[in-house]
Amino acid sequence: MSRIVFENVTKTFNRAGNRAGGDFVAIGGVSIDIAEKQFVAVIGPSGCGKTTLLRMAAGLEAPSSGRVTVAGRPVAGPGPDRAVVFQQFALFPWKTVRENIAFGLKCRGESAAARERAVQRYLTLMGLEGTADSYPHQLSGGMQQRVAIARSYAIDPAVLLMDEPFGALDAQTRTMMQEELVRLARTSPRTVLFITHSVDEAVYLADRVVVMGRNPGRVVAVVDIDAVRQREGWAARSIDDVMELPSFTHLRSGLWRMLREQLGGRSE
Amino acid sequence: MAAALTGGRKAAPSELALWSLAGAVVFLGSWQLVTASGLVSPRQLPGPLAVLGAAWTMTLQPYAGSTLQTHLFYSLQRYGFGFGLAVLVGVPLGLVMGRFRLVDDIVAPVFESLRFVAPLAWVPFAALWFGTGIGGPVMVIFTGALPPCVINAYRGAKLVEPRLIEAAQTLGASEFRIIREVLLPGALPSIVAGLRVSAGLGWQSLIGAELIVAAAGIGYAMTQAQLTIAPSIVIACMLAIGVIGYLIDIALRGAERAVRRRWGQA
Repeated sequence: MSRIVFENVTKTFNRAGNRAGGDFVAIGGVSIDIAEKQFVAVIGPSGCGKTTLLRMAAGLEAPSSGRVTVAGRPVAGPGPDRAVVFQQFALFPWKTVRENIAFGLKCRGESAAARERAVQRYLTLMGLEGTADSYPHQLSGGMQQRVAIARSYAIDPAVLLMDEPFGALDAQTRTMMQEELVRLARTSPRTVLFITHSVDEAVYLADRVVVMGRNPGRVVAVVDIDAVRQREGWAARSIDDVMELPSFTHLRSGLWRMLREQLGGRSE
Repeated sequence: MAAALTGGRKAAPSELALWSLAGAVVFLGSWQLVTASGLVSPRQLPGPLAVLGAAWTMTLQPYAGSTLQTHLFYSLQRYGFGFGLAVLVGVPLGLVMGRFRLVDDIVAPVFESLRFVAPLAWVPFAALWFGTGIGGPVMVIFTGALPPCVINAYRGAKLVEPRLIEAAQTLGASEFRIIREVLLPGALPSIVAGLRVSAGLGWQSLIGAELIVAAAGIGYAMTQAQLTIAPSIVIACMLAIGVIGYLIDIALRGAERAVRRRWGQA
C-alpha cells in the first residue's frame, strides 16, 4: 500500500523581517487523496504552493497543520520509500553515473554485486548504456535527468515525487522523456505525484490532474483523465498523436480555462 | 601577480620565469651592494654570499649538534605530525559544524576566541602538557594550522547545494554518509584552499614550536645561532625555512588546481 493522503494540510512560512509583516500562507487547507499506483499531476500558477506540497510528502517540509500520510503512516522525514526527482537533477557531481545510481542501494547496505545488477538494469531501461563511468557534467541535461530518474527507480520506491522534472530540458528532449515516463509508468507502476506548470504534460502523463490556485494555495479542481486515456489507448500512441486527439484538446482547453481564472484578470 | 606586472597581457611562461629571476637578482644584488659598501657591519647584516657560505658549511659540518639537513628532517617530522593532526581534527570538526547548527552554536564561541591567540602563546603550556620532545612542538604547530582547516571545511559545507543533501536524505543516507559522501567532496575545493593557508601558518609556527626543543630542528638551530651571535647562520636558517615553505605551498597549489579541475571548476 502506498496511498498518499493530504488531510486539510496548511503550510505557513514565518517571514521574519518581511516588510509586509506577518506570515506567508503558502498552502491553506488542501486535501488530496492519491490511490496506490495512481499518477497525479499538480498544475497551478507559480506561488500556489505545489512544490511545497511535494516537499511535505517527501518529508523535507512539515505541514503547519493537518496531516500528510503515506501508506497510512504520517510522514515524519525523508526516506527511501519516497524517491524525489528534482527539477535541477541534484546528481552528485563527484560521483560517476554508476555511483549516482547505486547510491541509494549502498545506503541500504546492498552488496556490490546486487548494486551492479541494478545499475545495469536501469542503464539499459533509461537508454544510458556506455555512460556508467561518465561524470554528470559530461552528459547533456536530458541524460542527466535520466540518471536522476534511474537513481530514484533503483531503490524501488513505492512512491515517486517529481518536481517539474522536465522543466529544465529543451522541448525535444522533454517530449522524449515524457514518452519514456509513460512507458516506465506502464511497465513498473508507482504512486506518482508529479508537479508541472505545463498543461500538456499534465494531461498526457497523469491519471488525474489537480489544479491549484494561489493566495493561499488551494485545490480548485480535480480532473479525471484516466477514463479517456484507457478508452482511447493513449499509452500505446506517440505523444504527437495523442495531442491531436479531440479528447486531448478538449481536456487541455478545459484545464487552461481553469488555470487562467487562477491567474486573475491579467489574461483578459 | 606576475601577469599583473606585465600589464595583463598574456606572457609566455619563459618570460614570466625571467621576470621572477630578475626580481631575485635585484633583491640579492642590492643586499650584496649594501653589505659590500660598508654602510652596515657584517655583524649587523651579513651579505648573501656569506649566508650561502654558512648554509653550505652547515650541510657538511654539524652546527648545534646536527647538519642543516638533519635539522630540517626533525622540523619536517614535527611539522608533518602537527599539520596532519590539524587536518584530521579540523576538517571533520568544520564539516560537522556546517551540518549541525547545535554543534556550531556550542563550538563557535570557544573556537572563535581561541583562534586569535597566536601559536607562540601556547609554547609554555605545550611544553608543560606534552613535553619538549615531539609532543610540545607538535601542539604548537597544531594550534597554528587548525583554524583554516576548521573555517574552510565549515564554509565549504555551508556552500554545498542544499538540493544534494536533500537528495541524499531521500535516498536513505545516514548523517555519517551525508557528511562523508556529500559534504566532504562538496566542500573539497574550499578545504584544499584552506589546507594551503593552514600549511603556511603551521610552518610559520615552527620557530615558536622549536623554542622549547632541546635537541635538533631548524628553529632550534636558529635560536642557538642567535644566542651565540652568529648572524649568517641565523639568516641561513631563515632562508631554509623560507625555501621549504615555498616548496610546500607550490605542492599544495598543485593539489588545489587538481581538485578544481577534477570538480569541473577550473
